[in-house]
Amino acid sequence: MNAPATTTSMPSQSADGDKIAVKDLKFYYGNNLALKNITLGLRTNKVTAFIGPSGCGKSTLLRVLNRMYDLYPNQRAEGEVLLDGENILNPKQDLNLLRARIGMVFQKPTPFPMTIYENIAFGIRLYEKIAKSELDGRVEKALRGAALWDEVKDKLSASGLSLSGGQQQRLCIARSVAIHPEVILFDEPCSALDPISTSKIEELIDELQENYTIAIVTHNMQQAARVSEFTAFMYLGELVEFGDTSKIFTSPSQKRTQDYITGRFG
Amino acid sequence: MTDAIAPRYGRRRRTDKVMLGLCWAATAFGLGWLVLILFSLIWNGASGLDLAVFMEMTPPAGSTGGGLLNAIVGSLIITAIGVAIGAPLGMLAGTYMAEYGRYSKLASVTRFINDILLSAPSIIIGLFIYGAVVVPMHGATGIAGGIALAVIVVPVVVRTTEDMLLLVPNPLREAASALGLPRSHVIIKVAYKAARAGLITGVLLAVARISGETAPLLFTSANSPYWSVDPFHDAMANLPVTINNFVNNPDPNWRRLAWAAALIITFAVLVLNIVARVLGATRAPK
Ligand SMILES: Nc1ncnc2c1ncn2[C@@H]1O[C@H](COP(=O)(O)OP(=O)(O)O)[C@@H](O)[C@H]1O
Ligand SMILES: [Mg+2]
Repeated sequence: MNAPATTTSMPSQSADGDKIAVKDLKFYYGNNLALKNITLGLRTNKVTAFIGPSGCGKSTLLRVLNRMYDLYPNQRAEGEVLLDGENILNPKQDLNLLRARIGMVFQKPTPFPMTIYENIAFGIRLYEKIAKSELDGRVEKALRGAALWDEVKDKLSASGLSLSGGQQQRLCIARSVAIHPEVILFDEPCSALDPISTSKIEELIDELQENYTIAIVTHNMQQAARVSEFTAFMYLGELVEFGDTSKIFTSPSQKRTQDYITGRFG
Repeated sequence: MTDAIAPRYGRRRRTDKVMLGLCWAATAFGLGWLVLILFSLIWNGASGLDLAVFMEMTPPAGSTGGGLLNAIVGSLIITAIGVAIGAPLGMLAGTYMAEYGRYSKLASVTRFINDILLSAPSIIIGLFIYGAVVVPMHGATGIAGGIALAVIVVPVVVRTTEDMLLLVPNPLREAASALGLPRSHVIIKVAYKAARAGLITGVLLAVARISGETAPLLFTSANSPYWSVDPFHDAMANLPVTINNFVNNPDPNWRRLAWAAALIITFAVLVLNIVARVLGATRAPK
């Protein structure tokens, strides 16, 4: 892991290389403050991991980045989230456009109730009018990109639900990648998967960072250490520490971080 | 077992036996009537069934022969009108309640009113349509009958549509939204697809529900002894009202046809229910 040329432990607070910059973000579920003044950045084409005990707000933070919380009433965010310098919390932000740019992969695989082919083609067709042959190519490319092609190429018309959990999760990744987002958010993508599927997904994430900015929430400390360049440790809605993954895991500056990564709580 | 527990234990076992016996008796009582009804229906209906039933019109009283063709076709038309009007309305309202308006006051008010409509006596619906459609149209018509049935279809379909859409897990909607799909696409292409079997089942059950309804048709489509396929101008023959008119008549031929009609409706409803069951059971795994 080659650390970028930063000297502080908060490397990307306002660095120019940030795809997404979160500034003083507060998030409320009704009157419940779930995120307290979060400030951090997601470095372009790097993997940033979010760790912390259950309920500390990792998913909440991810769901702000693509405004997923907008689907529900009584949830609101305050502060700024800049995507390429533009505040996506702006009420005028077109949510569909935003979500086309920021893909998301969920904890439990969520294949759509349609064929494997359609699972991928569906999203592409939404944005582009392309010929069948070209579409076939795009579907294949997306499935190859998610290391799933060899396993499904002979049963593209089978239901997406017929795949194993790990395959379903890779199908979901392929589905996200197929519409060419700029950022991909992973919320505990491996927590429902076996070790082999997990390592496949990790390899995939490693490859994806060449072209995408990635945020991953994980409960698995080794996973964070393996896949990410930067790590954010959150606790009770606060960002406790944020910095190079190597530093967080070897010499964290906060006692709470130290306690968490050494397994003393959480 | 100690002496203190033994009598209590015995008492519990006796209570258990008695309760079980009562449950059996209640089940037998309920099922018994159903078996009797079906038996007398088949006994009386099957002997009246012949090819002419499906080929000829309803006969005048006192004649021999004749059939139910006009009533069968009329019933199909009226039911089709009822479903064609009621099912889309019900699906739209149910979709609003489960998707767009899930957290809104309007949805809970609609749900409450819908439940009232669901249990409204069908004769009242018939009377209402009589006043709202038949009187202004100066006479009973097939369309009036269809509209009355639609009023019965709507609350059934609203209910099943809402229930089935609420069964679709939210993560699926989120996953679709996360691709940037507009809300309408999320609903039509993903939620409807996931709930498809349940939605179809709901419509089929609504069809089953209305295909035997008599009261709402009495003053709306009324009945006709003729071949009547124009829903906009004339009274329209149909099976339930035909049964109603024929069954109490001294004419044995009419009574025979009434039984045959009852058997046809029952059989059709049975088939619809089975299809609905099968579709419901093959709902997406998990
Ligand atoms: N839909 C919700 N409504 C109310 N509170 C919620 C909701 N989702 C999460 N929370 C609360 O917000 C806090 C952060 O949750 P979450 O972001 O899911 O944590 P994590 O992903 O780190 O486990 C928790 O205290 C949780 O109880
Ligand atoms: Mg979470």
